Amino acid sequence: MTAPEGGGDAARDALSRSPRGVGAPLRRKEDARFLHGRGRYVGDIRPAGTLEVAFLRSPVAHARLLGVQKPANGLVFTAADLTEIAPIRANSALPGFRPSDQPALASGKLRHVGEPIAACVAASRAEAEDLAAACVLDYQALPAIADMLAARAPGSALIHEHWPDNAFLETRRDEDLADLDAIAAAKVRRRLRTARQSMAPLEGRGVLAEWDPRLEQLIVTTAAQMPHVTKTGLAECLGLDEGQVRVVAPDVGGGFGYKGILLPEELVCAALAMRLGRPVRWLEDRLEQLTANANCREHFYDVTAWADAKGKLLGVAVDATVDAGAYSAYPFSACLEAAQIGSIFPGPYVLPRFRFHTVSACTNKPPILPYRGVARTGVCYAMETTLDALARQLGISAQAIRAANLVPPTAMPYRNLVGKVFDSGDYPEALRRAVAAVDVAAVRARQAAGETVGFGLSVFCEQGAHGTSVYHGWGIPFVPGFEQAQARFTPDGVLELRVGLHSHGQGLETTLAQVAHEILGVDPARVRLVHGDTALTPYSTGTWGSRAMVMAGGAVAEACRLLGERALAIGAALLQAPVEGCSLRAGAIHHGEAQVTLDQVARTWFRSPQNLPANVDRGGLDVTAGYRPDPDTGTHSYAAHAVVARVDTETGNVTLEQYVIVEDGGVLVNPMIVDGQVLGGAAQGIGTALYEEMPFDTEAQPLAGTLADYLLPGATEVPDIRIEHMETPSPWTRFGQKGIGESGAIGPPGAIVNAINDALAPLGAEVLDLPATPARVLAALARAGRA
Amino acid sequence: MKPAPFAYARPDDWPAALALLAEGARPVAGGQSLGPMLNLRLALPERVADLRHLPGYAGVTVQGETVRIGAGTTHAAIEDGAVPGRLGDILAGVARRIAYRPVRNRGTIGGSLAHADPAADWVAVLPALPGHAVALGPAGERRIPLAAFVLGVFETALRGDELLCAIELTALPAGTRFGHWKFCRKPGEFSKATACVLARPGAPPTAVLAALDAAPLVIADAAALLAEPAAEAARIAAALALDDPWRAALARTALRRAAEAAR
Repeated sequence: MTAPEGGGDAARDALSRSPRGVGAPLRRKEDARFLHGRGRYVGDIRPAGTLEVAFLRSPVAHARLLGVQKPANGLVFTAADLTEIAPIRANSALPGFRPSDQPALASGKLRHVGEPIAACVAASRAEAEDLAAACVLDYQALPAIADMLAARAPGSALIHEHWPDNAFLETRRDEDLADLDAIAAAKVRRRLRTARQSMAPLEGRGVLAEWDPRLEQLIVTTAAQMPHVTKTGLAECLGLDEGQVRVVAPDVGGGFGYKGILLPEELVCAALAMRLGRPVRWLEDRLEQLTANANCREHFYDVTAWADAKGKLLGVAVDATVDAGAYSAYPFSACLEAAQIGSIFPGPYVLPRFRFHTVSACTNKPPILPYRGVARTGVCYAMETTLDALARQLGISAQAIRAANLVPPTAMPYRNLVGKVFDSGDYPEALRRAVAAVDVAAVRARQAAGETVGFGLSVFCEQGAHGTSVYHGWGIPFVPGFEQAQARFTPDGVLELRVGLHSHGQGLETTLAQVAHEILGVDPARVRLVHGDTALTPYSTGTWGSRAMVMAGGAVAEACRLLGERALAIGAALLQAPVEGCSLRAGAIHHGEAQVTLDQVARTWFRSPQNLPANVDRGGLDVTAGYRPDPDTGTHSYAAHAVVARVDTETGNVTLEQYVIVEDGGVLVNPMIVDGQVLGGAAQGIGTALYEEMPFDTEAQPLAGTLADYLLPGATEVPDIRIEHMETPSPWTRFGQKGIGESGAIGPPGAIVNAINDALAPLGAEVLDLPATPARVLAALARAGRA
Repeated sequence: MKPAPFAYARPDDWPAALALLAEGARPVAGGQSLGPMLNLRLALPERVADLRHLPGYAGVTVQGETVRIGAGTTHAAIEDGAVPGRLGDILAGVARRIAYRPVRNRGTIGGSLAHADPAADWVAVLPALPGHAVALGPAGERRIPLAAFVLGVFETALRGDELLCAIELTALPAGTRFGHWKFCRKPGEFSKATACVLARPGAPPTAVLAALDAAPLVIADAAALLAEPAAEAARIAAALALDDPWRAALARTALRRAAEAAR
């Protein structure tokens, strides 16, 4: 039962290898309800007397709001009516950060299309929308800032008028690289853009707010992946103490970062429930999700890289701008993406010299929110396409230039020049396996025969489960600390686990039961996970940053270990044997041939206390334990993606013929769930690479209002993806596991565009911007004089 | 995204349907276009007349060489072989590429043609076929050649007091060749270019180029296109003078590939 605390190979070797324990491809406990349509989401919950809200939203990107004329009849609330709501303020302690106040309902100014102006309340959503349609807005249009690079042009309209210019934050690392021109064998410069996207979980946001007069408590049922952080934000903005707020997140249909955000709509529904004494609900529709809320990803890079003749990087300079939108969203702030670019740009490579400058630009678009992979997807795209440009200039292969620069396994743990610490792994081996999984020679033969087909690679690492030491410096509204889990037996021996983070598709009901089985030998079918309710669970910053399996997995393991010690003492007494002579395995306390089950131990504590030993631990069979890896700088999973893509040079269309992922997530708690995570992430990465784009016109009007205009890859667009696993344990986590949740979404744009550019190279064409739509591919060919 | 209030009527016979139309009701068949437009409040009718229960609205009847497809016949029915013979093969091939099966289960050939979305599949194919749209008005039935039915974006030859009640097509001999090509990046996306070429024994070949944000381009005699697909497709597409070079390339490619498939 006892396993080493410290992770690494020893932790892996100590695993029970039980078919229900850590490492087993156990079928998901939660799938019975999900697959039968019996999940219960916010949209399924509607208490009697519920009022529905529709929001009157800004039709323009930038304007002075002069007034709202309400319809004669009906409940319509503006900012002037709901003065009890303080604006959302997501500060950062990074030097120079300019905070923005995001009002729950706009007052004074309108700063992006879709910004909520008034809450219209009625018995049904349709009637609430009728009220919104009957409102008349009076506003004076201001020049809209639609482009992040133009945002800081002299004379630009100011979005926050007390700021000197339209930027939340700049960061920089200065290093003079001018001497590299003289010694480098190759130098490339690329200007690259990634599109603004909208996260598109199957379930949109939704919130049901109720005031419980008995408890004097606000109960907010909301589609949340970070319920405790949402609770803090609600309490702060509503002027309540945290005891007066309970956040309940029922089943959540995909989050990807979007559902960690405190939304103005949540605050308004909460305030209305308190005002009206009725349950108040808002369910986001697809138009709101696409155009007003779930925005993410938009980056610009100006990259210069120098390499020697063998492809070894001599230095990189990057000037990056992120379109952060109009407000700093709670809790991750407006600078999470841009300010990370400096620290993650070197990727999995040994980079000797590095200069960066980043800008979090403020524009008249919805706030940028963290999306699976966060800044890494853009960074990986910029680094990997730049490496291929260098390789083409040097006349070496994409594999060779990566092999020349990847951090070698002998250097692990490796600290790079900006202080990132990689825990473990064999990055070159992942590259080698990914290349070996594709018949590259066949691709070259087809190219020689004139086919526009190409081979592309990307390699990256993903920091996950990074904790206090990383986040305290950001100074955003939360800092992850010790993750806590509660483990306790019911009187009949069912094991209840309570954790403060939430599952929005990760399968935690299964994987945490596997962890409990690993430690206590209990049947996973007799383990119940209680999560998604701040009233029932210990505080947690929630499920984000690929942290759940490392942090909650570690905490559950520790709580179960301590619970096992308590049970062992009671069991030994029942066996009339010394504790030292007893052991806990397979769900029972053993002494020689004799045993008592954990069920019997639980029954004794609760229902036959007369049989307990006199010196029993009075804490009983109920333990809360905390966990944090040491060091807590994060695990680094990593992967190599290899792609074969065919380009139709007449239409610009790209077909993915082969897709291979070699992934190292350390010890996999449930390999089947990891495969699902990697596949789902890769599908989203394919969306970033080829399909997803929220275009804006020059007035910052979003132009894709439905899923017929905003293209998501579906079953017919995602190829069969082959996954190979490596399993290098993290030396720092409980079982050697690593965070893996975001990885799949990081690699595809780099690998796919590299494959496209490999196909186009004989024509002298190169795609620079994402997504690589047919129109962009044809434009690249036209620039090269080939279309 | 909930519709504004509207009244719903379900006429049981054609005179009642025409009377509702005269009163300003908006006809709806499968609702696959009007439904989203109502939800987005892009369409704000006071009353909707649901045509699906009209006698003879759905179904296929054959009389001699004439195949009459009720306007309310679903794409799915056509996909599943409701139309016999070579004509049925061709129509089934077009139908099975319309969006997704759930859309095809409800969407109708007549609803789609009457809606006249320039990117719609039937708008791009029916003008190439010998036949008529059958309009029913207060004075009775009127036959409009399919090549002249769609006049522009969401604009047809139907008069305000007429309903499209059927499509009448001439059966096609077994040796008829048909090429059809459309550009969608995924099922369900609006086509960015669709072309078809029909070559039947004993008659000049016909072609249609559609999804142009305009009425479909109907080529009554496509012999030159069939003979020299690349050059002729390039000439026809260039003559359209499309602003967007990508759309121009797609138009050219659609026409050429459809012609090559019909050879």
